[in-house]
Amino acid sequence: MRWTMIKAVIRIDLFRLFKTKDYWIPLIILGGLFFVILPVILLGSLSLIQASPMIAQIGDIIGTLPDAVQQNIKGDNPATRASYVFAVYLLAPIAIVVPLTISSAVGANSIVGEREQGTGEFLAHSPLTVREIYVGKLLASLIPGYLAGIVGFAMYALVVNVIVGSQVGGWFFPTAGWILLVLWVIPPFIAIALSLILRLSASVRSAASAHQASSLVTLPVILMSYGVASGLLYSPVISAAVSGLVAWIIAAILLVTGAKSIKRERLLGVSADA
Amino acid sequence: MAPAISFSSVRKTFGEVTALNGVDFSAPAGSVTVLLGPNGAGKTTTVRLTTGAMIPDFGAIRVLGLDPLTDGDEVRARVGVVPPKPAFYDQISGWDNLQFAATIFGADESEARRAAEQFGIVHALSQDVGGYSTGMRTRLALARAVLHDPEVLMLDEPTAGLDPESARAVLDLITEMAGRGRTIVMCTHLLHEAEGIADQVVLLENGKVRASGPPRALARRYMPDPIVIIDAEDRSMLELISELDGVLAVRDEGAFHITLDSTDRIPDLVIELVKRGVRPTRVEPLEPTLEDLYFEMQRAHRETG
Repeated sequence: MRWTMIKAVIRIDLFRLFKTKDYWIPLIILGGLFFVILPVILLGSLSLIQASPMIAQIGDIIGTLPDAVQQNIKGDNPATRASYVFAVYLLAPIAIVVPLTISSAVGANSIVGEREQGTGEFLAHSPLTVREIYVGKLLASLIPGYLAGIVGFAMYALVVNVIVGSQVGGWFFPTAGWILLVLWVIPPFIAIALSLILRLSASVRSAASAHQASSLVTLPVILMSYGVASGLLYSPVISAAVSGLVAWIIAAILLVTGAKSIKRERLLGVSADA
Repeated sequence: MAPAISFSSVRKTFGEVTALNGVDFSAPAGSVTVLLGPNGAGKTTTVRLTTGAMIPDFGAIRVLGLDPLTDGDEVRARVGVVPPKPAFYDQISGWDNLQFAATIFGADESEARRAAEQFGIVHALSQDVGGYSTGMRTRLALARAVLHDPEVLMLDEPTAGLDPESARAVLDLITEMAGRGRTIVMCTHLLHEAEGIADQVVLLENGKVRASGPPRALARRYMPDPIVIIDAEDRSMLELISELDGVLAVRDEGAFHITLDSTDRIPDLVIELVKRGVRPTRVEPLEPTLEDLYFEMQRAHRETG
């Protein structure tokens, strides 16, 4: 594999994406909704409602958490503790849902889109190897989602610290669990989903089919990652690291085998009209 | 000349459809080979098999001494292709598209710019390709195909839908590259385009090579007898031509195409017509064009089944 070639594929794909506002504006709105607007509304409401039956119910739920977790929950009163739990534990899955959704949307179109636009013919006649095309497309799909995740994560940290930090004695976010989640666990989950989605994108007939089919892949991966992400934040760091490692191994296997799904003939959009 | 491209018994099917059915041909290095044939003849499939973008069901292909199946990446690095409907990333500029191609083919920016200058597209390089006309797209496709100075250039219906100026640019490119010893393969069904530039013609029909060879040799083979075009003030009087000595065949194609056994017959033929009261308005020996040859070859193959 030649990285110059892969970088060229990544660069052109990202550049096209950047120039297609219709594509990325909805994705920014999605990220803004999950990372900023919903947390502001939720955490803001909790900080305003200092005493209510709902806070009491949340307090009951917190009481059912493992002792190790309960010891980490900061706050002097039930409302503050509820805000802390929401900020650190319950909203964790958004950190994986948003980048996964964005990467899936980009990835689903990546190969079949070349065929539909006719640009697949150029790639098919080019000296790019199918592995270079595959890796380039995969990274070009992963980067926007992951970048959105990182930027969103930073914004979420700001929201959490501003709203909840003042109640718990200072900025406390991100926690070690979140850092591990963002840097170690999310990337392989996106890679797993993308390796499957690119296989679909290489084999279906249209971008519309690819998007439909990709939702079948994305949903289980989201659910799985949701569970893992939630669990990781409650677990010791070591188990989170192991979970991430397993995800990386699965991702690596899928990535290595995924290049075989790309066939030059498919890039040409071959049918019986030749 | 050693062949730059050779096909031996190549067969390619798509489901029930046989695109190529035992194709044999070779394109000598440094020559211009024109693949002639109607739509669906198998021309595009031939181009795609040449670069290894497609895999044949059967047969052997050699390009520049390499097998596109096993050495495809090297073959593709040394071949340039202009597809029938050149596609680009429309959201980005012509220059960004060219830069991408330059990186892929190991060329540098100066080579990309020189190619753009060669086809008069420099002024539009900063525009998004989505706003290009058909002619501009083809010029950009030509620049993209030659920026790495390929040893073999394959042009698949390169002038389809082009204005005369752009079509001229294509034919100039072929002449220029052939002059530098490059091998050119051009697919077309527009016969006048191939006129004068083809060193070799390969007639494809229904996935088979019906005939191949230099145009003059094919003309001698398929149109061995001289033809003279004759017209007259009163065309009905020309019907008597078939009775005259040396006339082998008469075809009414607007003017009469008279096949003779020898060009020496022409003066006597005119004298005889005048004697019989015919006033000729046109007497012109036919130099067979590629179009004449093409239809003659097709007719000959239909007759022989």
